[in-house]
Amino acid sequence: MNIHEYQAKQLLAQCGVAVPAGAPCKTVDEAKSAAEKLFAAGHKLAVIKSQIHAGGRGKGTFKHGFQGGVKLAKSVDDAVNYADNMLGKTLVTKQTGPDGRVVSTIIVAAAEDIKKEFYLAVLLDRTASKPLIMASTEGGMDIEEVAEKHPEKIIKEHVDPLMGFQAWQGRKIAAALGLKGDLAGQCAKLLAGVYKTWWECDASMVEINPLCICVGPDGKEKMIAVDAKIGLDDNALYRHKDIQEMRDLAEESPLEIEASKFNLNYIKLDGSIACLVNGAGLAMATMDIVQHYGASPANFLDVGGGASKDQVTAAFKIILSDPGVKAIFVNIFGGIMDCNVIATGIVAAVKETGLTLPLVVRLEGNNVEAGKKTLVESGLTIISGDSMADAAQKVVKAVQ
Amino acid sequence: MAILVQPNTKVLVQGITGEFGARHAKLSIEYGSAIVAGVTPGKGGQVFEHAGVKVPIFDTVADAVKQTGAAASAVFVPPPFAADAIIEGADAGLDLVVAITEGIPVRDMIRAKQAMAGSKTRLIGPNCPGIVTPGMGKDSHGGCRIGIAPGYIHKKGNIGVVSRSGTLTYEAVWQLTSRGVGQSTCVGIGGDPVNGTSHLDIIKLFMADPETTGIIMIGEIGGSAEEEAAEWIKQNGTKPVAGFIAGATAPPGRRMGHAGAIVSGGKGTAEAKIEAFKAAGIGVAATPSDMADTLLKMM
Repeated sequence: MNIHEYQAKQLLAQCGVAVPAGAPCKTVDEAKSAAEKLFAAGHKLAVIKSQIHAGGRGKGTFKHGFQGGVKLAKSVDDAVNYADNMLGKTLVTKQTGPDGRVVSTIIVAAAEDIKKEFYLAVLLDRTASKPLIMASTEGGMDIEEVAEKHPEKIIKEHVDPLMGFQAWQGRKIAAALGLKGDLAGQCAKLLAGVYKTWWECDASMVEINPLCICVGPDGKEKMIAVDAKIGLDDNALYRHKDIQEMRDLAEESPLEIEASKFNLNYIKLDGSIACLVNGAGLAMATMDIVQHYGASPANFLDVGGGASKDQVTAAFKIILSDPGVKAIFVNIFGGIMDCNVIATGIVAAVKETGLTLPLVVRLEGNNVEAGKKTLVESGLTIISGDSMADAAQKVVKAVQ
Repeated sequence: MAILVQPNTKVLVQGITGEFGARHAKLSIEYGSAIVAGVTPGKGGQVFEHAGVKVPIFDTVADAVKQTGAAASAVFVPPPFAADAIIEGADAGLDLVVAITEGIPVRDMIRAKQAMAGSKTRLIGPNCPGIVTPGMGKDSHGGCRIGIAPGYIHKKGNIGVVSRSGTLTYEAVWQLTSRGVGQSTCVGIGGDPVNGTSHLDIIKLFMADPETTGIIMIGEIGGSAEEEAAEWIKQNGTKPVAGFIAGATAPPGRRMGHAGAIVSGGKGTAEAKIEAFKAAGIGVAATPSDMADTLLKMM
């Protein structure tokens, strides 16, 4: 699960990480009073940031023509104007696709006087099966580009999961970033807080880019997490009621939400052939074979191990609500479950949904002969495929 | 010889009284595997009975091992308690713990894996279909089946199969069996980002196993385990290996069902894995329908 920047900063702040002064706002009035507070506290600039789950906000364009999902306000009036142009409006960025996302929350925060930017992330190193802290002096940049061109500028430090993050590791990373004195101490403390956030929230990733040395209105230098991104481990959400409440359904595809109600794992894609498969690996492979024979998959859909009639019917309904779908490819390897039960479910689902699109079914496994017989005797126009390749070629032909 | 488990390996089932665990314990018994004990805390002393086989239930894995001599375990314990059950299996001195459970938090697995470091116990999974070493009987009856794979699709023989995905493993196994080619052992290592045994670990075992003469390695997007195995094969491989990588059409940044199947930051792409396979002399199946044929052509 992904959360918004303002929510990520709330989680970080709870673990003692310094974030810019400010507040999330859902109305122009809230934005006005947040901006008033900041300017009254002596800040010279406020930043107004659209909250959507996609990147490229700064360079994005709103559908009504307003440029930029992140703006610097020099006054309360500026802030109000920007808030008015963002809240309730649709922001299109290079990551949102042409439909864009509606901005329902903005951050109004102090725009810090930044002296230097760093990069910081905590993630899982899959090869080592350990948490990994990555830091770099090249903050504010695309870290993948840094990793490619200047790998020596990325500091990597594993954390022993049974011991946790150690004080000496904080000092080591701060020194490697070239920090001295009070700033080194602040950095070490911040690192401990960021790691704590990753561990205690069951995050899959915490990324602070940029992490900044800022000069406050009092002239003092402070290490602040100016931007933050957190991804969470879905498998661990059951033990985090507070984080579950951060889920923003508006950021998710309505079809994917509907699918999850039936324990279906559905991801919409842009092709014309809908796939309905049991098992994640086979579902991916089915998409691949459709592409191999010259068409594009309309979705990833794993019905899991059960594939009951209700699930198959729900899956058909979801597939059919995608107007791009021109044919359906059902690929089931019923190792243990009875293929005839699945076939009966498919027949019922076709009848209930009044399916008119070409349907190719490849069934293999337990009691497969009875399953195939059920499909044939249904009187429905169901094209049967013998192997995965045979079925894939038939379904591709059906849309050509 | 097969790898990891032999037809006579004594197996216990952690979570044998749960619906999922019970169903597959029964199927393993029907397959002829030596299911010698069950573990469900609080139900010690009860008996799990199926098809004339009586399986004693214990409160702890340590008790079950002591009383029955079980060497391997299948974990069907629900996700919140599964990592604890895995570590308990290691503490009891099992040779092998096969974690079938899907949905264990990554943090729990990071800790479990670290806690098991240095122990003699090998972990397979989690979120995996398990292991099958086919037997000599009809439809490979009499083999060792730990987990949820359909036993009857197997055939005793000499091809090793290793995969992250369940149904894609069955697909490969069935392609082999329907061409009259049997398997030494089939191992599902699981689709999670933190797992106990990697592709490379299994490849090394197959290369060292005199009974195995060829290998099918099935991978998918995410991580770099396939590349690491390919690199080792390039330097040390002595047997033909064919493979397939699922997820070439998956969009970056989206998890494709398996928690570990995600292309992030340009890493873990199908392209890179296929390149690594080719560079290592691994036969790459053009489609998932060609996995067996690709290997058989190399042999």
